[in-house]
Amino acid sequence: MSSLKILIPVKRVIDHAIRPRVNRAQTAVETANVKMSMNPFCAIAMEEAVRLREILKENVSEIIAVSAGPAKSADILRTAMGMGADRSILIETDQELEPLAVAKLLKKLVQDEGCNLVILGKQAIDDDCSQTGQMLAGLLNWPQCTCAAKVEFKDDKFRVTREIDGGQEIIAANVPLIITTDLRLNEPRLVSLPNIMKAKKKPIKSIKAEDLGIDIYPRLKTIKVTEPPARKGGAKVKNVDELISRLKEVGAIQ
Amino acid sequence: MITARYVSVLCKPKTASRFAATLAFLEHQHSLFNPASLSALTAACSLKHPVTVLVTGSQAGNIAKQAVNLEGVAKILCVEDSQYDKGLPENLANLLVQVIKTGNFSHVFSAHSATGKNVMPRVSALLDVQQLSDITAILDDNTFTRPIYAGNAILTTQSQDPIKVITVRATSFTAAKPGDSQASVEHIQSPQSSQQSEWISENLAFTERPDLGSASRVVSGGRAVKTKDNFDKVIVPLADALGAAIGASRAAVDAGYADNSLQVGQTGKIVAPELYIAVGISGAIQHLAGMKDSKTIVAINKDADAPIFQISLPIPYIHVACTDLEYVADFGLVADLFEAVPELTEKLKS
Repeated sequence: MSSLKILIPVKRVIDHAIRPRVNRAQTAVETANVKMSMNPFCAIAMEEAVRLREILKENVSEIIAVSAGPAKSADILRTAMGMGADRSILIETDQELEPLAVAKLLKKLVQDEGCNLVILGKQAIDDDCSQTGQMLAGLLNWPQCTCAAKVEFKDDKFRVTREIDGGQEIIAANVPLIITTDLRLNEPRLVSLPNIMKAKKKPIKSIKAEDLGIDIYPRLKTIKVTEPPARKGGAKVKNVDELISRLKEVGAIQ
Repeated sequence: MITARYVSVLCKPKTASRFAATLAFLEHQHSLFNPASLSALTAACSLKHPVTVLVTGSQAGNIAKQAVNLEGVAKILCVEDSQYDKGLPENLANLLVQVIKTGNFSHVFSAHSATGKNVMPRVSALLDVQQLSDITAILDDNTFTRPIYAGNAILTTQSQDPIKVITVRATSFTAAKPGDSQASVEHIQSPQSSQQSEWISENLAFTERPDLGSASRVVSGGRAVKTKDNFDKVIVPLADALGAAIGASRAAVDAGYADNSLQVGQTGKIVAPELYIAVGISGAIQHLAGMKDSKTIVAINKDADAPIFQISLPIPYIHVACTDLEYVADFGLVADLFEAVPELTEKLKS
């Protein structure tokens, strides 16, 4: 088999357990003084790369983590390296990045670094777009296996079990390949203290997005961000009989 | 005339076309339209441009015949080719790009389904446009709303791109219905299969129950159900009594009580039935994201403080009195689910 050079894009997002708040000006969700973490799906991607190396040994030549965003994204790159990435690249920008822009930046990096496998999360839990991996596959003209629940390497090919509406399907494809991760692909490991210390010695190369010569200017303009309409009413009922009669009152059952 | 128009747009890809035209990609399964696709078609028709529908696959001819009188459809493009049967994104994206460029479409709609999510971003990238995912409303030709942060915020966004590639949240639009229109059918040739990936097999959960995504009633079980046996003994009979689809929280799916495809939430199915009954579900943000647009929500939980009963709404900067609570459940029953649910099931049956 050709040796695998794996790129793992990771995104820094508001921690999944935090309930986001719209800012007062209704221009965005408040991120100042809010706990930020690695997007959960990206952690699954990182874990899968490490597991591939555990199985395929020296056939995985390198695992590179990359993040595009503000300087603070270095924090999650350290986490990625603590999990097992060999080195990382920070594409620094304060520009709000859309999936198309991220995909273009990643394409440049894939080509510069000569990677042949990119594993991404299936979606970021902030913008909920679910686009970047597919876009990158399109830009590179590579095959894509999205929403992976299981990744196997057999007969020089990847066999990816995908979560689809109503069940699962299996797709086979060769590298170069894009895979995006679903929730049940694996359970990301916790980073041990010795690995945190080791990660501190691993290099983070910082590049300014602007220096890559790629148009990352947003195509979408935010008009406003609002709280969803609140549900009103709501009450506790004493017992099953009251529940049934209330449901009949509102016409939810006959 | 059409050729001239096509060429002028090719020369100036960044300028918006004067001629707006909409393409809707319609999925089908077992000779039936995918209900989510029919919702996407309704969204497509709401723009009041001529709507062309694309149907693909070895059964495309039969499906095209059924589509001719769908309300609002002017034309059907039919690509009868088995390479599209399993929705392989490499093949489908190439076809869609060819169709969009040839037809000079300004808007392209698809359901935010497994296939739509897989294919449309690839199409967007090939067209060099930023996709709009999972839209819930259309304000005008360029302006759309979509939920972000697991539905905790609603984004109104305006596209500056010449082509809008859009996936639609099915529960936000009614399904398109047959009307008295008579669309023309055009059979077109497909590009060569890319052969980049190969479909091996599938394992689909077949069920007599209503489809989770479009059911009018949903009964969901969570972690507190404790075992798969209990799930089958407690949740399934209640769903049967109501003619409801079955859903599950992530915890229940992870623990193997229910199939993955039944997960309701940010990363699973988004449902908005008339009646949603959450049994033994605490109500994590990610679960609420998938069901809080249901018309009536019932929660049955032993824990009176479970967030499913109520979520406090502490808006930052403003002191919120205890009375300002956002209730998720319209009707909450604090009870042991193993007693309350069988009782409810029995009383509904009689």
